[in-house]
Amino acid sequence: MMQPGLETLDYSFPGTRAAGAFTPVLVGVVGSGNLEVLLEPAPGADCRIHIETSARGFGAIWAAVAQDFHARHQLAGVQVSIHDMGATPAVVSLRLDQAAQELQP
Amino acid sequence: MISYAECSARERLAQLVDAGSFHEWLPPAARLTSPHLAQLGLPAAFDDGVAIGRATLAGRAVFVAAQEGEFMGGGVGEVHGAKLVGLFKRALRDRPDAVLLLAESGGVRLHEANAGLIAVSEVMRALLDVRAAGIPVIVLIGGANGCFGGMGIVARCADHVVMSDIGRLAMSGPEVIEASHGVEEFDSRDRALVWRTTGGKHRWLSGDCDALVEDDVAGFRAAAIAALDAARPVTLAALEDEHELLAARLSYDGAEAIPLWASLGVPEPGRVPDLDVAALRGLGVR
Repeated sequence: MMQPGLETLDYSFPGTRAAGAFTPVLVGVVGSGNLEVLLEPAPGADCRIHIETSARGFGAIWAAVAQDFHARHQLAGVQVSIHDMGATPAVVSLRLDQAAQELQP
Repeated sequence: MISYAECSARERLAQLVDAGSFHEWLPPAARLTSPHLAQLGLPAAFDDGVAIGRATLAGRAVFVAAQEGEFMGGGVGEVHGAKLVGLFKRALRDRPDAVLLLAESGGVRLHEANAGLIAVSEVMRALLDVRAAGIPVIVLIGGANGCFGGMGIVARCADHVVMSDIGRLAMSGPEVIEASHGVEEFDSRDRALVWRTTGGKHRWLSGDCDALVEDDVAGFRAAAIAALDAARPVTLAALEDEHELLAARLSYDGAEAIPLWASLGVPEPGRVPDLDVAALRGLGVR
């Protein structure tokens, strides 16, 4: 059977900074070496991160980048959804910070 | 001055219409994404590469669509095309003062094959229905990817085309022409050749584009406002005029843009690529 092309990864962290209600935030574009990040309000106190990427086999690096992001922002009640086309970890971190910044009132 | 070419589709929309007036339909959170790309191992975009909605422009109600050139080259897939068609159909019902299309596209998204081809033809039909109802359709072209293939045809179906010098408008892109006819016919790496064959200045001088602006969002906004009442009804007489114009081009025997500009009465046509928009207008050719 042909292996599906996209890799899907999910992470969840308990957060302390409740985002409350907000209009969904979209930053970035799905292009070569780039990604889009969508932030939406979610029930509960977790920050959940869902990733779909065309670059397979980098789960350990995604886990580290997601962990670092959460350590920086401690978001709670947020769903983070990512469509990635081979962005480097630095670009991913910058996009995540850009999205988190848009949440600030 | 904000470069139109360097903005994303959403940044262009935000800057072009009245501040804060854009209301999006089927926003990213609705996740209306391509049903085809995942099978090819390609990530989807939450908006399938196009943002659609309503806004005001100089206080007047308009419908707007903006294609994102960075996502699959702005290629029109099934959902992307359906969003454009839906916008035009809604315009027939709600009758805004105009529909603005911020085009940046290589044409059909080849990954989606027939679904993309059908989508583009449906966009053309829907656009012409809107024109036939007397609502002007204004196409703005100034992104780095230009406006090619099926979307090039869509643009020329509109009432009014606004371009910057950076913008390009054509059917086949440079690489496609070189691949099919050879580098002697068209060298796609010769950027000067590419721009004087498909770029905004050439399109404006030859009458394929109605307004030429600098690569500045404010310039595009001003040109769009000026075009709000530029409806060109689809009539038999207008079509016959268009055919006459195209037939006249067939008899032109020059090989290149510069002698063509000379034949249009441009003094020192070799200088055109170096002129800014004001200087080009100042030549008085149009």
